[in-house]
Amino acid sequence: MTAFPSLRGAKATKQSSRGTGLLRSARNGALLIAVTMAIASPALADSNLPPAYWSDRQLPDPKQEAQAQALMQEIRCLVCQGQSIADSDAELAGDMRDLVRRRIAAGEKPSAIRAWLIQRYGTWISYKPTAEPSAWPLWLAPLALLIVGAWLIRRRIRVRGR
Amino acid sequence: MSRAIRFAPLIVLLLIVAALIWRLATPADTNVHSTLEGKPVPAFSLPAALPAKPTLSSADLATGQPHLVNVFASWCVPCITEVKVLQALKSQGVSIDGIAIRDRPDDLARFLAENGDPYQRIGSDAQSKVQISLGSSGVPESFIVDGKGIIRYQHIGPIEASDVPMILNKLEQAR
Repeated sequence: MTAFPSLRGAKATKQSSRGTGLLRSARNGALLIAVTMAIASPALADSNLPPAYWSDRQLPDPKQEAQAQALMQEIRCLVCQGQSIADSDAELAGDMRDLVRRRIAAGEKPSAIRAWLIQRYGTWISYKPTAEPSAWPLWLAPLALLIVGAWLIRRRIRVRGR
Repeated sequence: MSRAIRFAPLIVLLLIVAALIWRLATPADTNVHSTLEGKPVPAFSLPAALPAKPTLSSADLATGQPHLVNVFASWCVPCITEVKVLQALKSQGVSIDGIAIRDRPDDLARFLAENGDPYQRIGSDAQSKVQISLGSSGVPESFIVDGKGIIRYQHIGPIEASDVPMILNKLEQAR
């Protein structure tokens, strides 16, 4: 969002330093920067609407807010795909936080909201690992590593014992 | 210790490097696909995006004819080029409906006046609610909905001129 106006700003200062009345042109330059920054449209494509009501507002009931927070930290942002919707500044993440808080305030269970999202976007949307076959290596890896470790230790002890 | 086992760490390293090279050469698909393909359009009813334009609800999509539902916005840059392709599709008899994401009537009216208006109906989705319920993750996206209101195809990103035959084919299949 800042890249575009600052580029214009750089141009403006260059022009002002060329003038004879240094102070006046500097002031003009500053004015030009301010005006261009005010007029310049943001380079990033974002809408002109304000954020959704509950996107950055806590629910009045602390218990419900805690439930919403816990869920939002486990739902992946569709725009910034490494972040949760709790962390992301994307507009869509804000709209999803609004959706989560509204549904929790209406008495819906977090697990039902998660299931509703998974129905639309697949298990990808949730950071909570599932028990489906593609996730089995994830669950088995620690066990396999423990077995390998135990085997290595046993060998070492045997070698030393000899 | 046998000799072969000494090379095990090296082999593991080579396997990891090979996996990394493979992933760099063929990057993963970062698009988020809706899992609603083959399923009915979730029930929705949107307020009108423009006073002079009929609005869109899920009932308008189960009319016996296939529809192209375009998720777009006036603030979306790729939508400007896409809308021209949609005009071409409209001239071939495709019924196109729009869902305007986070849009204002004035901005939308200006966008349509400048770039053309291929839409029969436009619903206003100010908080992306219908977008999320469709499993869509950005603008522009398009859904082909068959006459019974079942989602047959999701197109992520703008429909380019080169996509027109494929889109027409999908619409024919949805008939």
